[in-house]
Amino acid sequence: MFPNAFKYEAPTSVDEAVRLMTEYGYDSKVLAGGQSLLPMMKLRIAAPAVLIDVNGIQDLKGWREADGKLRIGALVRHAELEHASELDDKYPLLSRTARWIADPPIRNRGTVCGSLVHADPGSDWGAAMIALRAEVEVQGTEGNRLIPIDEFFVDTFATSLNENELAVAVHVPTPGGPVAARYMKLERRAGDFAIAALAVHIVLDSEGRVAEGGIGIGACGPIPLRATKAEEALIGQPITEETIATVSRLVPEDADPADDLRGSAAYKRDLLRVFAARALREIAEELHGRVGNE
Amino acid sequence: MNIRVKVNGRLYEADVEPRTLLAYFLREQLNLTGTHIGCDTTTCGACTVLFDGKPIKSCTVLAVQADGHEVMTVEGLESNGQLHPLQSAFWEDHALQCGYCTPGMLMAAYGLLQTNPAPTDEEIREALSGNICRCTGYMNIVKAVQNAARQMAGENQEVIEEAAVSGTSTD
Amino acid sequence: MALRQTELRPMGKPIGRKEDPRLIRGKGHYVDDVMLPNMLYLCIVRSPYAHARIRRIDTSAALAAPGVKLVLTGEDLAEMNLAWMPTLAGDQQMVMATGKVLFQYQEVAAVVAETRAQAEDAAQLIEVDYEPLPVVADPFQALAPDAPILREDKEKKSNHIFHWEAGDREETEALFREAPVVVKQNVRFPRVHPAPLEPCGCVSDWDAARNKLTLYVTSQAPHVHRTVLAMVSGLPEHQIHVISPDVGGGFGNKVPVYSGYVVATVASLKLGVPVKWIETRTENIASSHFARDYHMTAEIAAREDGTVLALRVKTVADHGAFDAAADPSKFPAGLFSIVTGSYDFKAAFVEVDGVYTNKAPGGVAYRCSFRVTEAAYLIERVMDILAQRLKMDPAELRLKNFIRKEQFPYHSPTGWVYDSGDYEKTLKLALERIGYEELRKEQAEKRARGELMGIGISTFTEVVGAGPAHQFDIVGIKMFDSAQIRFHPTGKVIARLGVRHQGQGHETTFAQIIAEELGLSADDVLIEEGDTDTAPYGLGTYASRSTPTAGGAAALCARRIREKARKIAAHLLEVGEDDVVWDGVAFSAKGLPGRAVSMKDVAFAAYTNVPEGMEPGLEATYYYNPPNLTFPNGAYIAVVDIDKGTGTVKVRRFLAVDDCGNVINPMIVEGQVHGGLTEGFAIAFMQDIPYDADGNCLAPNLMDYLVPTSVDTPRWETDRTVTPSPHHPIGAKGVGESPNVGSPAAFVNAVVDALSPLGVEHIDMPIFPWKVWNILREHGITE
Repeated sequence: MFPNAFKYEAPTSVDEAVRLMTEYGYDSKVLAGGQSLLPMMKLRIAAPAVLIDVNGIQDLKGWREADGKLRIGALVRHAELEHASELDDKYPLLSRTARWIADPPIRNRGTVCGSLVHADPGSDWGAAMIALRAEVEVQGTEGNRLIPIDEFFVDTFATSLNENELAVAVHVPTPGGPVAARYMKLERRAGDFAIAALAVHIVLDSEGRVAEGGIGIGACGPIPLRATKAEEALIGQPITEETIATVSRLVPEDADPADDLRGSAAYKRDLLRVFAARALREIAEELHGRVGNE
Repeated sequence: MNIRVKVNGRLYEADVEPRTLLAYFLREQLNLTGTHIGCDTTTCGACTVLFDGKPIKSCTVLAVQADGHEVMTVEGLESNGQLHPLQSAFWEDHALQCGYCTPGMLMAAYGLLQTNPAPTDEEIREALSGNICRCTGYMNIVKAVQNAARQMAGENQEVIEEAAVSGTSTD
Repeated sequence: MALRQTELRPMGKPIGRKEDPRLIRGKGHYVDDVMLPNMLYLCIVRSPYAHARIRRIDTSAALAAPGVKLVLTGEDLAEMNLAWMPTLAGDQQMVMATGKVLFQYQEVAAVVAETRAQAEDAAQLIEVDYEPLPVVADPFQALAPDAPILREDKEKKSNHIFHWEAGDREETEALFREAPVVVKQNVRFPRVHPAPLEPCGCVSDWDAARNKLTLYVTSQAPHVHRTVLAMVSGLPEHQIHVISPDVGGGFGNKVPVYSGYVVATVASLKLGVPVKWIETRTENIASSHFARDYHMTAEIAAREDGTVLALRVKTVADHGAFDAAADPSKFPAGLFSIVTGSYDFKAAFVEVDGVYTNKAPGGVAYRCSFRVTEAAYLIERVMDILAQRLKMDPAELRLKNFIRKEQFPYHSPTGWVYDSGDYEKTLKLALERIGYEELRKEQAEKRARGELMGIGISTFTEVVGAGPAHQFDIVGIKMFDSAQIRFHPTGKVIARLGVRHQGQGHETTFAQIIAEELGLSADDVLIEEGDTDTAPYGLGTYASRSTPTAGGAAALCARRIREKARKIAAHLLEVGEDDVVWDGVAFSAKGLPGRAVSMKDVAFAAYTNVPEGMEPGLEATYYYNPPNLTFPNGAYIAVVDIDKGTGTVKVRRFLAVDDCGNVINPMIVEGQVHGGLTEGFAIAFMQDIPYDADGNCLAPNLMDYLVPTSVDTPRWETDRTVTPSPHHPIGAKGVGESPNVGSPAAFVNAVVDALSPLGVEHIDMPIFPWKVWNILREHGITE
């Protein structure tokens, strides 16, 4: 119930944070929202010797749109995206995902980037950022780099961040056409991690065909996964009953779920199929007013 | 470490160990024992307080992180000896039984009404979904929050009406 | 909306709770709020293994850690003859392990330090060398002839704890032989946990100068805790002061005495300063006593027209490592033999076998009058299966077999004497209010469209309010309860009771009872419970017994006072005692209108102007031994819709019609029903504490032991019929547990009803979505 004793550092700049991370290396952990880290420390599953609290770094706060991207700073809390109605037109998946994360007090504290860096395979943002083809902006002693989301998750609780790199933002591409999205999730109880989750992000071209189709799978593998085959079947197609049937059948093929207390692998795969069909149908209705025919 | 934190409008300076969780700081160093602790996984919400105006779970924030911030606990709801409408409504509508979840529930509801003064039942349930109650089945809690919202709207209405009256008298 | 507390004749009125003003201000005083000077903190080291021999415990690093004042192991306690303590079920339980551990999370060592964090730090430094032993996690395997014997301390070299039976075997067998219809079903009631929001804990404060131990403890039964503590520790009972302050929910979890209380007390005795132990939620769920875990098989013998004849039940009860059931001594399976429920069976025979396994000990009565929940769930489930086999409507089958109103007092085939009820009236009200016929029509239409909708009925009967004392005792102490009422000169009353509420609202309802009897308002009566130095002896609050026992004591104690008051009133009115009339708020003189004295006048006179020769003062104590139990009952109906794509069950409607006899405070009764339904809902759909083959607890915290939130919880509808208990002083029966006892079957029956076209007859709880999905997939149903 009580974390181990640790040294507390509260840098006020990214450079200072990176310096501290370099100095302490694996002995340190970065504290942002702390809604995953602190519970693990309380249960003493995690016991860092140094905690580097980045909450005082002004540069990490807020989001802005520039250069065809939405840059979400590392201190943006889940609740900020949940309530940012000004983002709904272009980035509807953000609030649709945010409202499924844990519960409101946790959403007031936890951060988007922190959740990505924690790399829990059940993370809601993981699936959503896969669907959005996001990039994680990190800063280390060597400077900045962007890590495409598909290269970001390495394994359960492991990312491709170097030990002295700080995730400073996540970049979401600005869509180039009409956009709609759904985040589908089944929980054992409200606020629980997903039994299975699916993020679907669709941008249409001028002819009403799918120009960008992102489908991220949550809680069905060691890391958040991309439904590659389904995406390939979706690109360039109008959203018809036929497309929905094909795509939704393909989604589970890229999933890698395990049997556990939440259900069997077969069950989770089928949930993904059902979610995909429901999401695409809702998206078609939203974008076209109905599901189209060939 | 030394911290300066405003709790229920009063500034406290204290020396805390970095690992001290905000909930324990409030309870054991400030003796504000209305903030309760009911789990070890950030699930139950009994420790919910307002942190810079927003509900958070104080068992999952370090006391040192409150340095320079404002915290409001259940003890800060009453003003000038008057119960807050939420407190009165919880009493009137039998929205508590053992009372252990009540402070966290009140603070989560308070946070909701700050941003959404006229919530639907669904919105209330969503806002309180991080606060577990084992006794009431939530029905009366939702009812109490609705009644408090109505009463608070009525109070605001009165203020507006008074302003309007004084406005016409100076015309 | 709640009414004011200042009304006279408050019985039956929804007056606002007297306990609320402190609780809504955050000024409740729970055990963890007790902060004493020089107080130290206790942290317990627990076993990672479910079954292992302890080769060695090295405490040296912990002893050297900062702030550490004391380290204790089971061997240290053994030297003080405190390594074991009795359980309420007549078994014994290790306070801290000696020799070997028998379940994961068992207490192995303890550290006392200046701060909680230091205690936890040092606990991590204790090195225990374990030799893992074969684990028995399954109760049926535990009974296998080659199973490892878990309890080496017992004379009996077997994992079998007890065999218990009720009813008439021969008569039951005979009816089964000739019955044209027999249905049989295995039904599991999962292992669940009460998980009150406040975990268990204590502050133990030994004051050597006063030779007195004060124990602040999360207790539903402080007097019993004191007696057990006296027996275990050898301290004289009057030098132990148990205080159960505000309790943050109990639901049966806070009836037993836990190791932490004993170890904190030993530590305080050794160190001479207060020692606080507050368990974590993980400790609460994984080590404090669980509930249920019954593996039941039920058979009903019936006629083709649906008339039930006989009931046969065999049960294996998994008690974990120690039989720590909080049952009355003579009832190792509690009141499980109420299993014939609301139906007029000709005969019944019930067997229960208790078994040890390498799991946490139990089981407690979780919002349940000692295994009544298991019984009610079983009979209500199997009655539905009978209806399904006979293609009868489940409501019709119930109406056909109900014990009829005129059969009360009803002698059940397992020996109970039901006090009162009107089951037909209660069910018919429920059917009418829910719109049963319309719902069945809607269901038929939906079925034709391939949609899955279900309606589930549960018409349960409970048995609560133990005593009577000749039948019921706990550790030998008879299960009566008590009240003590003292008038003060200005007419204000302090009343103390032997029970201890944990949210049930006793401070209000008992004030209402006493105020009603004495012509006062509830505001005039202060209720105090939970302090063994001041309250009269009682057995505590659980099993819906407070109103049946202490409620009766309060009423009769008040009447005892009224008798003396009548004499004083006669003196004040200057008439003979026979000419004094009590009208509910005042005494008057027969035939002399306008002359009246209130109870307040009498109280003042009791201290200032008593009749010659009368003992001054106005107070009384009453120990009430109820003549029988009470039998609350109800008719619950659930309506569910199933999502074919995900297997999710949505509870569209739930109506609870309860009959708990006369109602003291309808607002509080409704609140109890809401809460109990929510717990029943959780049990039906979310809760289980599974163990793997190695005895690892797989749901040891609120991440995996699921407690419903406001979003998950259905909206409850309630109604009431009132059939007073004929033997209870105010005709009340108790209600706290009915909704938890009665609702699981309604939920499960509704889901099974929805799936019954597929031939589904039973699904074990908890009904997770994947279970429903598996069934749908088996039948080729998909979205």
